[in-house]
Amino acid sequence: MLLRRMSQNSALCGGVLRLPNSLPGGKHQKEAHVSVHNARRYASQAAEAVLDKPAVGADSTTKSDKVEKAANMESKSFAVNMFKGQISTAQVFPYPSVMNEEQTQFLRELVGPCSKFFEEVNDPAKNDALEKVEDHTMEGLKEMGAFGLQVPADLGGVGLTNTQYARLVEIVGMHDLGVGITLGAHQSIGFKGIILFGTPAQKEKYLPKLATGEHMAAFCLTEPASGSDAASIKTTAVRSACGKYFTLNGGKIWISNGGLAEIFTVFAKTPVKDQKTGEMKDKISAFVVERSFGGVTHGPPEKKMGIKASNTAEVYFDNVRVPAECVLGEVGSGFKVAMHILNNGRFGMAAALSGTMKGVITKAVDHAANRTQFGNKIHNYGAIQEKVARMAMMQYVTESMAYMISGNMDSGAADFQIEAAISKIYASEAAWIVTDECIQIMGGMGFMKDAGVERVLRDLRIFRIFEGTNDILRLFVALNGFQNAGNQLKSLQKALKSPFGNIALLTGEVTKRARRKAGLGTGLTLQGNIHPDLTHSGDLTVKVIEQFGTVVEELLLKHGKKIIDEQFVLKRVADCAIDLYAMVVVLSRASRSLEQGHPSAQHEKMLCETWCTEAHDRILQDIGFLRSSTSKQTFKNLRAISKAVVENGGVVSPHPLGF
Amino acid sequence: MSSRVLVGVKRVIDYAVKIRVKPDRSGVVTDGVKHSMNPFCEIAVEEAVKLREKKLIKEVVVVSCGPQQVMETIRTALAMGADRGIHVEVTGKEYETLGPLQVSKIMAALAKKEEAKLVILGKQAIDDDCNQTGQMTAALLDWPQGTFASEVTIDGDKIKIVREIDGGLETIQINMPAVVTADLRLNTPRYATLPNIMKAKKKKIANVKPADLGVDLTSRIETVSVDDPPQRLAGVKVETVDDLVAKLKEAGNI
Repeated sequence: MLLRRMSQNSALCGGVLRLPNSLPGGKHQKEAHVSVHNARRYASQAAEAVLDKPAVGADSTTKSDKVEKAANMESKSFAVNMFKGQISTAQVFPYPSVMNEEQTQFLRELVGPCSKFFEEVNDPAKNDALEKVEDHTMEGLKEMGAFGLQVPADLGGVGLTNTQYARLVEIVGMHDLGVGITLGAHQSIGFKGIILFGTPAQKEKYLPKLATGEHMAAFCLTEPASGSDAASIKTTAVRSACGKYFTLNGGKIWISNGGLAEIFTVFAKTPVKDQKTGEMKDKISAFVVERSFGGVTHGPPEKKMGIKASNTAEVYFDNVRVPAECVLGEVGSGFKVAMHILNNGRFGMAAALSGTMKGVITKAVDHAANRTQFGNKIHNYGAIQEKVARMAMMQYVTESMAYMISGNMDSGAADFQIEAAISKIYASEAAWIVTDECIQIMGGMGFMKDAGVERVLRDLRIFRIFEGTNDILRLFVALNGFQNAGNQLKSLQKALKSPFGNIALLTGEVTKRARRKAGLGTGLTLQGNIHPDLTHSGDLTVKVIEQFGTVVEELLLKHGKKIIDEQFVLKRVADCAIDLYAMVVVLSRASRSLEQGHPSAQHEKMLCETWCTEAHDRILQDIGFLRSSTSKQTFKNLRAISKAVVENGGVVSPHPLGF
Repeated sequence: MSSRVLVGVKRVIDYAVKIRVKPDRSGVVTDGVKHSMNPFCEIAVEEAVKLREKKLIKEVVVVSCGPQQVMETIRTALAMGADRGIHVEVTGKEYETLGPLQVSKIMAALAKKEEAKLVILGKQAIDDDCNQTGQMTAALLDWPQGTFASEVTIDGDKIKIVREIDGGLETIQINMPAVVTADLRLNTPRYATLPNIMKAKKKKIANVKPADLGVDLTSRIETVSVDDPPQRLAGVKVETVDDLVAKLKEAGNI
C-alpha cells in the first residue's frame, strides 16, 4: 500500500526532508505542496513522531518549532551520524554494561527458573499442534510472572529493565516463538502504551491485573485496508456532545491475542480542531478499551503458517462507549503513541531471535558433529563449516545489537529509532537464514517435523512482516538517515550564504570533501575506542563510514527531495546502513571481550574480523553500484519488468515449449 | 514445639552439563559451568514448604555451605518459599575438601543452635553421590533418622515415613526431633516464580563461619585422582556361535 502511494506521491518528502529550496530537486517542491495534507504517511509521521519525543503534552502550536529544534539538535545516535559520514561513539563505545550488581544478581536468579520452565513444562510441538498454548502452560506462565515483566514492582510486575527483559525474552525465543508472540503481543505492544503514556490513574487501574495475566492485552492498529500505511485507518472515535466519552466504531484484523484479550490499545481517527486554522481534521488517537465496555467482539482464531500457538483474530468495535479518561496520551497524538510503542518493542524481537538462533545452531552443530558421511563426520567438510561459521556470526551480530540497544535505552538514550529498526530487520532476516541453514545441515532429518526445526522456520516467517515490514523499515532507516544528513547540508548551505563568518566551518568541510575524493582519510578514527587487536577492522569501518557519508551526500545533491521516490536506491542505502551498524556493534563487543580477557575473546575477534571484512566489501559494492551508470539502467529494467508482469497478470514470456 | 525445620541445600553442577575432568586430574571443571540446586535438595525444600503451608511447622530455614556463589542456591530456596537462610561460609581449600562429615557437623551444630525439630536433606547430591550427610547428621545429633522418604506424615511429635527400599516400601514411625532424607518420589518441586524471586530478595540470609559453630572442617580424605569413565571400546563381529563362545572363553568371561 505504502509502496504504491509513496511512488505516486512525492508529497511524502514534505514531512521527511526539510531541504532548502536551493538544493537540486527543489524544483519539485510545487508538486510536493499539492497534497501536503494527506501526505501524513508512515515514514514521515514516524520520523516526526520520534523527533517529537519529549512532547507528550506539547501544545500543537509549538509542535513544529520543537520538531525543528529536535532535528537540529546534535544526536548521539551512531546511526544518525553515520549518514553524515561522522562517528558518534557515545552510544556504541564501550559496549554498554548498564546493570548494577543487584540487577545483575536478580537477573541471574531469574534466568534459571525461566529456562527450566521452558525446558520442562512448555511443549512447543504440542502448542503448535493444538494451535493454542496448553492450558497448564498458560497458567504456569501467569504464575511465573511472565505477563508483567516490565510492569513496575509496586504495581504487581517484575519491574525489569529493558536489558533484563531482553535476557528473559531470549529464553522464550529459544524455545517457543508462539508463546513469545502471546507474551509479546501482551506486554511488548498490548499494554506498553499504558506504561509509556498512561496517566497514574490508568496505570493503577490496569497494570496490576495485566501483570498477573488475569487480563490479557492486545494492540489494535491494523485494518483490512490499512497495513503498512498505518495512518490510513478507518476506525473512528467520535466524542460525545458532553465530552465524557467517545463512540468507537470499526474493525481490526490480525490482532494477536484478539480473541483472548480483555484490554485493547486501539487506534482510531478522531476529529480534532486545528489550532491554527480552526478547521476540523481527522487525527489518530489511542484508547484503552476494555472488553467489558460492551460492543467489543472478535472473530474465530485465524489459521496461520506459523506462531500457531498464539491467538490471532479480528476484533470489532460496534458503538463502543469509551470514557474520555481512556484516551492514551493526547487526543490526536495516536500515531506518535503507536510509533513509540513499536520503537520501544523492537529490541525485544532482536533479543528473542538471538535466542532462537542459539537454539537452532545447537541442533545443527549436534547433527554436524555426529553425522558420518563419506567416512567423516560432516562438520569436517568445508561446505558445512562455512554454514556453521556464518550462522555463529549472524547470531553474534544479532545478540550484540539487541543488548547494545537495550543498554542504550536503559541508560536513557532517546534517539535509537534507526538502530531499533535495523535490529528488527537484521534479526528477522538472520534468524530466517540461520534456521534455513540448520535444516540444510540436517538434510532430510531437518525436514521432518520431529526434528522441531520446520516449526521454527514457519514461526519465524512472520517476523519479517509484522510490526513494520522489513521493506517499510528499510525505507524508514534510509529516509531518517537522509533527513538528518539533509539538515546538516542545510546548515552548510546557510554558512555558504555568509561565508566570512563561517570560514572555519567551510574550510573544514571543503578539506573533508577534498580528502575524501582523493581517497585520503578525513581524520576520522576509532582508535582509542576499539581494542588494538581489532585495528584493521576498525580501519575498514572508518573507511566505509566515510564512503557512506559521501554517497549519502551525493545522493541528496542528485535527487534532492525526490530521493523519497527512489526506493531502489533507498533499499541499498538501508542495506549499507544495516551492515555498517552491525560492523560497529561487533567491533564494540569484541573489543570489550578482548579488554576483559574473556576466554572467548580470540573467537570473538575472528567473528568480528570476518564480519567486518565481508560487510566492508558488500557496502563498497553497493556504493559502487549506486554511483555507477549501470545502476540507473538496472533500476529502469527492474521497474519495466515488474510493470509488464503486473500488466500481464503473471510472467510475460511464453513457455519455452510454446504451449 | 518450636516447629522449626532446617533444610540443607547444596549447589552442584547442573544435571544437564557434560562434566569435564581437569587436565591435572585433581577434580572436575567448575569454572564457567552452569550450577544449580541439587535436585534432591529441591525436593527437601518443597517438602518443608508444604509442611509449613499445612501449618504443621512454623518456619523453614535453609542452609548452604560454600563460597559466595551458594547464596544463589539459598535465594532459590527462599523463592520456593523457605523463610530465611543461613550461609555457612566455606572457601578455598576447605571448600575443596568439604565432604559429608564436615557438612553433617555443621548441620548438627545448626540444628541445636536453631532448636530445629526436624532436619530435611536430600538423600544424596548428584555431584559426589555420597548419600551420607543425612545419616551422619542423625548420628552426630543422636536423633532418629528416616532416609529415602517417599512420604512424610507428621502426627504430633511423631513422624510416619514411607521409605523406598530395595524391592518395595517400608513404613516406619520415629520420634521428633529427627533427620529425614528425601527420595525422588516424595514430591514434585515447584518452580521459583519471578514474583517470588522478587519477594525472596527481602528475606534474611545470615552469614555464619564454621568456627562460630565450633566446627572443625579438617578432612581426612585426600583425592588421589579423578578420571573419566573408561571409553567404551569398539566391539567385534563374530561369524558363528562357536566363534562367540571361543572369544568369550579367550576373554575369560566364561
